[in-house]
Amino acid sequence: MQFAIVMLALLTLSYGGFLLGRRQAIACTAGNVRDLHSLAPYYGLYVAIWCGIPAFFALMIWGALEPAIISKIVVASLPTDQQALPVERLNLLINDIVNLASGDIVGRSVSPETKLAADYYRSLQSSASILMGILVAALAIAGLVLAKRRISPSFRARNMVEKWIMAMLITASAIAVLVTVGIVFSLLFESLRFFQKVSFTEFLFGIEWSPQIALRDDQVASDGAFGAVPIFAGTALVSAIALLVAVPIGLFSAIYLSEYASPPFRAIAKPLLEILAGIPTVVYGFFAALTVAPFLRDTGVELGLVISSESALAAGLVMGVMIIPFVSSLSDDVINAVPGALREGSYALGATQSETIKKVVLPAALPGIVGSILLAASRAIGETMIVVMAAGLAANLTANPFQAVTTVTVQIVTLLTGDQEFDSAKTLAAFALGLTLFLVTLCLNVVALKVVQKYRAKYD
Amino acid sequence: MTDNTHVRNVAAPRDTAGAVEKSLKRRYAADRRFRLYGVTAIGGALGFLFLLLGNIFYSGHTALWQTKISLDITFESVDFIRDGVVDEASIAKANYHGLVRKSLRDTFPEVSGRRDKRRLYALISSGAPIELQTMVLDEPSLIGTTQKIWLTASDDVDMLNKGRIDVTAPETERRIQDMEISWVRDLKASGAVKKAFNTRFFTAGDSRDPEQAGVLGAIMGSLFTMIVTLILSFPVGVMAAVYLEEFAPKNKITEIIEININNLAAVPSIVFGLLGLAVFLNFFGLPRSAPLVGGMVLALMTLPTIIIAGRAALKAVPPSIREAALAVGASKIQTVTDHVLPLAMPGMLTGAIIGMAQALGETAPLLMIGMVAFIVDVPGGPTDPATVLPVQVFLWADSPERAFAERTAAAIMVLLTFLICMNLLAQLVRHKIERKW
Repeated sequence: MQFAIVMLALLTLSYGGFLLGRRQAIACTAGNVRDLHSLAPYYGLYVAIWCGIPAFFALMIWGALEPAIISKIVVASLPTDQQALPVERLNLLINDIVNLASGDIVGRSVSPETKLAADYYRSLQSSASILMGILVAALAIAGLVLAKRRISPSFRARNMVEKWIMAMLITASAIAVLVTVGIVFSLLFESLRFFQKVSFTEFLFGIEWSPQIALRDDQVASDGAFGAVPIFAGTALVSAIALLVAVPIGLFSAIYLSEYASPPFRAIAKPLLEILAGIPTVVYGFFAALTVAPFLRDTGVELGLVISSESALAAGLVMGVMIIPFVSSLSDDVINAVPGALREGSYALGATQSETIKKVVLPAALPGIVGSILLAASRAIGETMIVVMAAGLAANLTANPFQAVTTVTVQIVTLLTGDQEFDSAKTLAAFALGLTLFLVTLCLNVVALKVVQKYRAKYD
Repeated sequence: MTDNTHVRNVAAPRDTAGAVEKSLKRRYAADRRFRLYGVTAIGGALGFLFLLLGNIFYSGHTALWQTKISLDITFESVDFIRDGVVDEASIAKANYHGLVRKSLRDTFPEVSGRRDKRRLYALISSGAPIELQTMVLDEPSLIGTTQKIWLTASDDVDMLNKGRIDVTAPETERRIQDMEISWVRDLKASGAVKKAFNTRFFTAGDSRDPEQAGVLGAIMGSLFTMIVTLILSFPVGVMAAVYLEEFAPKNKITEIIEININNLAAVPSIVFGLLGLAVFLNFFGLPRSAPLVGGMVLALMTLPTIIIAGRAALKAVPPSIREAALAVGASKIQTVTDHVLPLAMPGMLTGAIIGMAQALGETAPLLMIGMVAFIVDVPGGPTDPATVLPVQVFLWADSPERAFAERTAAAIMVLLTFLICMNLLAQLVRHKIERKW
């Protein structure tokens, strides 16, 4: 809330700077505005930028560092025996202090020292916010005054402003790259911590997965087994079923839409098919878990098959429907891109339409179709909600689609939701799985995009 | 197989025309079959789509109505007196549970025994006393009178009344026993059971009791999340698109950025959740379960979509516009901000709306940052703990109560309505405002 107020004040101040700068620019020409190097608003913008941006960055840095610094100071004020607590207990204590200070209810009974620390925390917080206000205001006003003093008719305000704009544009593009870097580093960093606890080969080649580990030191429990092969196998099984559904349906739809369908039919059917990709995956999950899975189980009973109520089949079938548009849309595009001359040549030799499609169009479009299938596969592997709701949690190493299997994404979700301590191998395992998932999908995507691009270049 | 024989036939040296003639029937049949496969594929996919939507609507539309039971409630003045006076505090503290129970006992005087009585009390929702309390607080003149009041029925009675419980099944397999069924039948016969529009579903937060659960908390959570997402991703996305399309030199670095953005668009959404957990929660210490963090994660996820759409929109602006602006002396940046960008804006907005629609339906990354908690209060700001619509769907779908299945489907209907509106808006922007060159 307070942050919002400071932001608003800063914006108002910047706008004031804009007006002041513009007026100053007009005033300093003594009535002859054409003497100015740039249009008057640029002088205003120049002042506004210097007023707003440095102060904004100061605000951001302050906001990021404040909690950490305050809790450091508070910890230093605690009695020495509490300071010597192990890290986890200390974090718990700090959590209590912060909650107390913000007026929340703390579940445990609170010792007087903690209460004292909370009061100290609150007083530090309020003085910090006053300090922050002063700092930001000082920076903003200093920027405003300094920028305003530079205004003169020969000052190249537009060039300066444009430099700022370019800097902002480049920063924005860099953010897109930073996201990838952030993903790679956060996954890599946590995975490395995981591989310090569990060996790399056990993770990749072990065939037993039971990540439950002892919660207390004295508890008798297994140390957890982190062999991810059953999970990889489950992911592969569900994705394979999904592709078995999506590839034929998607491909035949694409062929029909691009080769046979009349333009009005195409105009209706294509967007309708694409709706399938726009429906939230949680909706598919609901449908898979509450309609498809019971239906399959009952059908199984009729046929004398044992189909568990959470089966790879149910999840795979529904996921297959979800990725139909990924196959059909891109395949449709590439089939359309096959030059008409190839088709006409085939017709001229007396081939029927289906023969032309099978022997001329499809082979020509094959790379693009393969690309679309790879993209669909990457979607299937990374899909989460359908499998979380319909595929189950048991890490069975099986190729039987009627059994419950688990996938990489399901395990990430189960390991990271609910109570967690962040240093255990259990939660870190989720990051190792995430890294695997990221790398596999990345490879599929890169190959798919390369293939499609090469194909496009061939006929352009 | 048929193709191979056909090739051999054509290659035969003599009587080619006759061989072709003979094979024609088979080849035409193959052609028709092939065509049929295509129709079947499209029909199958669309059939599934309608099956899915129909199923959701069929199971969800009943949640828009809620069964109510009318009871004669006597507000005796003695019940509202504390320390000799009737004031707001004493009204607030009155025993409304007792009032409801007493009225139920009066309606069914023949019920005796603790277990049966408890079953009888369970006909009415556990939220009913609070309904009574607000009613009396709003209108203290009710005290001392007897009123016929419609109270919310419990979820089991609701399901029974909507015909979602198979009464022919053996008694042990039902959530509701014969005794309750006969009570409800009696009430129905005396006109004391009705279905009213379920306003609570749209005005309440989550609850453990299906009849008291609503989607407003999730809708507000989604709203705050989407606002954060839009504020962060749209300006950054537009600026990145402008730089890459209008200013970036063609070199290795921009090529890497380009490949990177295309790949980012295809990264599984759950990986963004892991990023949010590791960076926003653990490194920066931002609050768990907050729409602020959810919005930040979804903004990173939507960014590639907005950049790609933005670049396509900029590409569609003809170069003559730029050349004309440059010719009259505008700088390169003036050309872009004053001429190219306004013309490309509708296309960029379309992309942004579609990206936001995707973000609105996203669940997995939000599970990672703790937006999956059970939260009763409707959030009042982006830092309050909250959940969002798709996560609410996920939470309810996991609940064992029969009545939650119907509410899940109804929540999906609400979610789909929002998505359809956003997509229609995108279509509208595309067709009405976008310029064709």
